[in-house]
Amino acid sequence: MTDPRSRPVLRESYAPPAVMGRESTNLGDILERVLDRGVVIAGDIRVNLLEIELLTIKLRLVIASVDTAREIGIDWWERDPWLSGKDRELVEENRRLRERLNAVEERLLAWEERTELEPGAYADDRDRQGERQGERRGDRQAEARARRLGGPGRTEPGRE
Amino acid sequence: MNESHHTVGESHHARGENHPAVGGPGQGVYLYAVTSGGEPPRDLRGVLDGAVRPVPYGGLVAHVSDVPLDRFGEEPLRRSLEDLDWVEGVARAHHRVVEALAAAGPTAPVRLVTVYTGDEQVRDLLDRRHDDFAEILSHVAGRREWGVKAYLRRGTPPPSPAPPPPAAPSSAASAASRAGGGSPGMAYLRRKKENLRGREDLWRAAAELAEHLHAELGQVAVASYRHRPQDPQLSGRSETMVLNGAYLVDPAREEDFAAVVSGFRDRFLDVELTGPWAPYSFTSIDLGASRAGGVR
Repeated sequence: MTDPRSRPVLRESYAPPAVMGRESTNLGDILERVLDRGVVIAGDIRVNLLEIELLTIKLRLVIASVDTAREIGIDWWERDPWLSGKDRELVEENRRLRERLNAVEERLLAWEERTELEPGAYADDRDRQGERQGERRGDRQAEARARRLGGPGRTEPGRE
Repeated sequence: MNESHHTVGESHHARGENHPAVGGPGQGVYLYAVTSGGEPPRDLRGVLDGAVRPVPYGGLVAHVSDVPLDRFGEEPLRRSLEDLDWVEGVARAHHRVVEALAAAGPTAPVRLVTVYTGDEQVRDLLDRRHDDFAEILSHVAGRREWGVKAYLRRGTPPPSPAPPPPAAPSSAASAASRAGGGSPGMAYLRRKKENLRGREDLWRAAAELAEHLHAELGQVAVASYRHRPQDPQLSGRSETMVLNGAYLVDPAREEDFAAVVSGFRDRFLDVELTGPWAPYSFTSIDLGASRAGGVR
C-alpha cells in the first residue's frame, strides 16, 4: 500500500505552480476553452454566434458527461461488453441458445444413431402410441411415410 | 496553385497598398482578448499568421489581427467551421495569442472567431462594454487558472473483490449434461459479472472522491468551476474522467493548491494538474444578449 502523500507533488510533465509551465496544450483542453468559455460577444460577422453554437454542440457530443451524453444519444459505453447490461444479456442469450442448439443436435444425433444401429432401442424411446403399433417397429420407411402423411396421434421424437 | 491561395495572395497585396490598421472592404478584424493595457508582447502572430496589434480605448486594450473576409466572412465560416482541422488551426493560434497576453497581465479572452468589420467597431465595443470588461479584468488580475482532471485508474481492483466461484463439482454421470453450466466459458462470464459489479462500486466511490476533491480545491481557490468530464476521445486518455474542474488561484495559495491535488492522488484516482491557463473559465459572461439594435 502506497501512501499517496509520498508521491511527487506534481506530475513530472508539469512545472511546479510557482513557475510558468506551458505544457498543457492538449487540443481537447484548448477547444473546450476557446469555444465554450471566455467572453461571448457578438461580432459584426453575425454568423459566428450561430455557427459556434452549432460547433459547440458538436464538440459537446464529444465532451459530454455520462448523463448529458445519454440525453443526446451518445452511448459508446453501452456498446462496451464490459460495461453494458444489454450486451451482457445478449451474450447470455447467445450462450443459452447455443446450449439448446447443442442439446437438440445431440438428441437428434442420438436418435439417428439408435434408429440406425439399434432398432429396438428406438422403439423403447418412442411415445406410448408407438407400442400399440408393434408391427411397424424398426420400419423406418413406414415411419417416415406416416410422418409425411401426418398420421393421427403420431409424435416425432426429438420434437417436443 | 489553387484558387484560395491566389485569393489570399491578392488580399495581402491589397492590404499592403492600403493602411493595414484601417482594413479594406475585404478585411475583417479578428478579436482575441481584451486587457487592461500594459506592455503587450511583441511580434505576436495570430490566425493566418497575422500580426496581432493593440486597439486601445478608454483604458482598455483590444488585441486584434486582420483577417480576409473571404475566409472569415459569414459564408466561408459556415463551411470552415465544419472542418475540424481548420478549427484546430484557428483554435491553436487563438490560444497562443491569449496565453501570451495572459502571461503579460490581466486578460479577458474572447470566444473563438469573433470578427468585426473594422477597428472602429472594436473601439465601439470597448466603449459600450467598458464596465463589464473592467469588472472581469479586476476579478482575474494577478490570479491564474488551473485545471484539475481526475481519472479512475485502469485496473484498480474492486473495493470488495469477490473470488470467482469455484467450478461446480460434478459427478461423471452428470458431467456431459452439465457441459454448458460448468464450462470455462460460463466461469468466464461469471467472472465478468463480478467484475462489473466491482466497476459500478468503483465508479460510485470515485464520483464521491471527485466531489470531495472539488470541494477542497474550491476552498483554496478564489473561484472554481466544474466542467463536464471529457470523453476519452477528447481527453486522449482511455480512463474514465470523474472530475474536470477549473480553479482561479491566488499566487500565494498555489502551493496549497498543489498539495491538495497530490493528496488525492492514489492507486484509485489519477489526478492531473494542467496550467496555468489564461482565465478562460472565469471570464465566461455573455455580452451578446443585449446587443440587439447595437452599433454595427
